[in-house]
Amino acid sequence: MKSPEGLREGVLQGAEDTVAELIGVERVYRMGETEVRALSGLDFRVRRGEYWSIMGVSGSGKSTLLHVMGCLDRPTGGVYRLAGRDVQTLSDDELSEVRSRNLGFIFQSYNLIPQLDVLENILVPLFYQENPPEDGEARARALADRMGLETRLSHRPLELSGGQQQRVAIARSLVNDPDLILADEATGNLDSETSREILDLFDELSAEGKTIVFVTHERHVAERASHILHMKDGRAEEVVVQRAVEARAR
Amino acid sequence: MIAGGLWRTVRTGMKSLALHKLRSLLTTLGVLFGTSSVISMLAIGEGASYEAQEQIKLLGSQNVILRSVKPLDDPNQGNQRSRVVTYGLTDEDLERIEETFPGTSGVVPVREIVGEVRYLDRATDARVLATRPEHQTLTGRLVVEGRFLTSEDERTLNNVCVLGTEVARFLAPLESLLGKRIKIGSDYYTVVGTLAPRLRLSEDRPTAGSDVTGEVFIPFETARKWYGRLQVRMRAGSFDMEEVDLHEIVVAVDRPENVPVVADASREMLRRFHGQKKDYEVVVPLELLARAEETKRIFNVVLGSIAGISLLVGGIGIMNVMLATVTERTREIGIRRALGARKRHIVTQFLVETVCLSIGGGTLGVALGLLIPLLVERFADLVTIVTPAAPLLAFAISAGVGVLFGLYPAWRAAEMDPVEALRHE
Repeated sequence: MKSPEGLREGVLQGAEDTVAELIGVERVYRMGETEVRALSGLDFRVRRGEYWSIMGVSGSGKSTLLHVMGCLDRPTGGVYRLAGRDVQTLSDDELSEVRSRNLGFIFQSYNLIPQLDVLENILVPLFYQENPPEDGEARARALADRMGLETRLSHRPLELSGGQQQRVAIARSLVNDPDLILADEATGNLDSETSREILDLFDELSAEGKTIVFVTHERHVAERASHILHMKDGRAEEVVVQRAVEARAR
Repeated sequence: MIAGGLWRTVRTGMKSLALHKLRSLLTTLGVLFGTSSVISMLAIGEGASYEAQEQIKLLGSQNVILRSVKPLDDPNQGNQRSRVVTYGLTDEDLERIEETFPGTSGVVPVREIVGEVRYLDRATDARVLATRPEHQTLTGRLVVEGRFLTSEDERTLNNVCVLGTEVARFLAPLESLLGKRIKIGSDYYTVVGTLAPRLRLSEDRPTAGSDVTGEVFIPFETARKWYGRLQVRMRAGSFDMEEVDLHEIVVAVDRPENVPVVADASREMLRRFHGQKKDYEVVVPLELLARAEETKRIFNVVLGSIAGISLLVGGIGIMNVMLATVTERTREIGIRRALGARKRHIVTQFLVETVCLSIGGGTLGVALGLLIPLLVERFADLVTIVTPAAPLLAFAISAGVGVLFGLYPAWRAAEMDPVEALRHE
């Protein structure tokens, strides 16, 4: 177990295997006269290959942290570096490029595009890359195979079960070979059996060296991760290291 | 790659539209009717203008035409039932023009003879015109069979005639009348030629009391010999006696710029010699042509405005639906932005969908717009002309409407905050 101070120390030390690094990050919203501090001087660092769970009660800043890490929202203070790039300095187009190249998203409600079939949904992140890989479709098919969706490629999302839709979402998050996979309550809409299957998949991905940040409020889900970050009032309250993860070179 | 990307966007757009088939179809209706009205209105306008111009051209665009006009009846003058009315252009007028007018290349008198035209048991009240051989050159009529009148006919006072196609077809639908003798009034004439039909005009209908349109030409001097100056017109309950030298004088002008000069000179000359008696009119086809052009322009502006308003309404309809679609698909916009879509990708996505709708409507509109003129021609008996530019213009406008009215919804979609969009239920 590490204290937040210890974490800050760790953040400031060597950064060669760091994927995401947040130093004193703040996110303040103004709602009329009221100021809401969703993130309040948060320090957080994710090394390559780590599997983090972020826990906290409602309003603790988990979702805001995920949005900031996913380059969907900009911090109002502090520094956020993703894959060595200072996110604050990037333009809107550059942030989009970072999202399509460096990040993979998995949402609680799957968030597949209803009018596209399974294969097209998996390919969406590559649609928006300036120079997409030539083997994109082969990669998408291989991922669909791996997720057990090989017979469902031409199906629309609404023709799939919840578990299958989430598998499509996982395949989509992997198709661009991202530096960081961000999952937001990814098992929240699934029954316990399907949840277990999906969590097993995350374990597999982690074992393969994927870097994952998984926001959840369920303890049994969080305990699958290598590290747990407990948040409270927009700060890192406690960090639990469940198992050591060997740093991996990309 | 860019082309591939655009094609994928178009495909995705079509799929999105196909999810709500009825809504998409209803949305296209505005553009469909707008486009078809542009094409059909232009076709009707073009047809009307063409007719007017053809009628004017028949008069000869480089001619000035002087016509006799019967003055209004004067109730104080003699017995209504039997008086002789003397009016119109005179042989002296013709002489003066021939001798004194500069800038003319030909002057042809025309006299209209009253009389039934008959061949065997078929008879009609066609217009019988006594004129000189130059009439053909001045009015550009073509001979399809035989010949037109010649100076030899004038000299020998031959009883010959040239028939308009319509008259020839009416009198003898199945045989050629060349060399045959027909009866005009009480005299027999040998047919020496048939003229080519004029281009069909919607006003070419038999007039009341007549079975057929068209004319019969006889030599001017022959008519003078047989008919004299006095003519009797029989009407129900009364008869008119008219004393007219010439019904028309066609003055051919050598250069177009001299047409107004000759027209003014004619007006001045007639005013001076006919005094207060307004028994003539001067028709200048070139002036009519200019007036017809102006009318066409006004007609096109009015029709264009009506069509433009319907396209505007169609465009607003599309924008309305697209704004609703953007709100409905807020979450999808958030997903796409989260997965790396730039603002321009979102703009393109929605713009492509709007353009697909408007082009879809435009294509159906072009088809309907080509069909309507055919129906108008078939059932309303109006001449319509679809110029190749009309469907292209209408199609381009419909695509333009798509872009114009799609921009705002697309911009609204692109400007959404991705986080807010993802939260949208």
